[in-house]
Amino acid sequence: MSADIISLTATELTQAIAAGELSAKEVFEAYRTRSAADDCNAYTWLADEAPANIDQHTGPLAGVPLAVKDLFCTDGVPSQAGSKILAGYRPPYTATVVEKLLGAGATLLGKTNQDEFAMGSSTETCAFGPVLNPWDRQRVPGGSSGGSAAAVAGGLAPWAIGTDTGGSIRQPAAFCGLVGLKPTYGTCSRYGMIAFASSLDQAGPLTRDVRDAALLYSHMIGRDENDSTSLQHPEQIKVPSREDLRGVRIGIPEKLLQTDGGFDPGVRAGFEQALKLAEQLGATLAPCELPHAPHALAAYYIIAPAEASANLARFDGVRYGLRVAGDQDLTTMYSRTRAQGFGAEVKRRIMLGTYALSSGYYDAYYATAQRVRTKVADDFRQAFDGFDFVATPTTPGVAFELGAKTADPLSMYLNDVWTVPMSLAGVPAISLPVGLSEGLPVGLQLAGPAFSENRLLDAAYALEQAIGFDGSRAREEVAA
Amino acid sequence: MLSPEQVNHVAQLARLELTESETEVMAGELSKVLGYIEQISELDLTGVEPTSHVVDLVNALRADVPHESLPVEVALASAPEPVQGGFGVPSPGGMAE
Repeated sequence: MSADIISLTATELTQAIAAGELSAKEVFEAYRTRSAADDCNAYTWLADEAPANIDQHTGPLAGVPLAVKDLFCTDGVPSQAGSKILAGYRPPYTATVVEKLLGAGATLLGKTNQDEFAMGSSTETCAFGPVLNPWDRQRVPGGSSGGSAAAVAGGLAPWAIGTDTGGSIRQPAAFCGLVGLKPTYGTCSRYGMIAFASSLDQAGPLTRDVRDAALLYSHMIGRDENDSTSLQHPEQIKVPSREDLRGVRIGIPEKLLQTDGGFDPGVRAGFEQALKLAEQLGATLAPCELPHAPHALAAYYIIAPAEASANLARFDGVRYGLRVAGDQDLTTMYSRTRAQGFGAEVKRRIMLGTYALSSGYYDAYYATAQRVRTKVADDFRQAFDGFDFVATPTTPGVAFELGAKTADPLSMYLNDVWTVPMSLAGVPAISLPVGLSEGLPVGLQLAGPAFSENRLLDAAYALEQAIGFDGSRAREEVAA
Repeated sequence: MLSPEQVNHVAQLARLELTESETEVMAGELSKVLGYIEQISELDLTGVEPTSHVVDLVNALRADVPHESLPVEVALASAPEPVQGGFGVPSPGGMAE
């Protein structure tokens, strides 16, 4: 029975539970048992047992367990953002997005491991040990939402939520053979998300298939009075059902694909095959111009660290988290607490951001990067005059080996070269698995104009049906 | 290339105590990343408005209705040094600067 439960998608679970074919409690126990034996280090906290009244949960997601990235505050449950500075921290309130999902009937299964404060592309910068990729345990799951991705790919959770600042949902989705959606900025409330870069951070789903992504996302959205940048989505999110791509115009940003980082031949082959399928489904393909997108990554590595350096000023040993005594001196207490509480990557980004904002450098770095951001967003607006979507591979390569890029921060950053432009523009983008290269998943990224999630999910669904990607192998390798 | 003095100045602004070897490593790594970032200085951006936010924001104010705040003991539950209903800190009088 347990094997059957694990083989169902989250959408199928909601149906089986509603029909009385499965009980919420047995579903929860099946996932909890597997997760307790997790050898990928996907979780930093796992529920002890099913909530007592789980079979009475009502709502459209009733009884389906949910894995939540650690940085979402959850009342009374460890919420540590992968950092030693928040080790053991249990917040007194719950993030809006989590509150909404629990309100729709979902059950909190566990909190997932992540790069510290979401700064990383491999889930190796966390204070609680690296996460392993269920497809190959010598390799990283991507990051920063690597715990969420590994949990779903390994069949340790039916689905999960993560956050994406420059690719932190899409890149781990690509590395783990999952669907990952970075929504239009503002459609999901950021209230209760431990902040990295506030003008970029956005919550989104990591799921086995496109329908699950649509279902989960549809319950995450909405204007929230606790987040003044949140917006009402103008459309209701529907179950994707499109079977063809007739009339769909897809732009390929060729200049962007020539940028640094090395384009793995296996990824290129998977990308080109997916485009061929899109054509067979009726789409028209043409090169598109995004002239400033190749500079997006450089601008991002000013804007995101600058915002992070301000956001992370709150970790000062005063109100919560770690404090390291500072010889009765306030400034030394701050500096030592932060020195011992933050890991190397977080320190690097705080330093980079502080430098970019410091007197004499502000115009050269921060103000210039903000102007590049304007151009990148304009480029997308123009591209979407002639195209419905822009397509790229999600990443230049497949999941790399643990430790392969930790010694060279810049090579790690270059992983996000094709996901960062959409983040700067605030537009939605989805990664979906299109096949394997030497046994490892390859992701295709489709990006659309702001609020185009319904069309994006529909197109991804049509492609997904034509591709028929099978992710079951990664679930089998987890000892059941 | 950033000098160790520049790195130390920034570390002080960021309230981060760095060891000597951390300062050295940081100088090298930051210089490499800044070297990559320099490419944006070659772009012609005259007359381009900076974007701080992609969403067209109008001030989104909620109704000014009093509501219950966190009880003091809940707010202080995670504090390293709760003192008389507040957050205790070392004396700022000892500041080195």
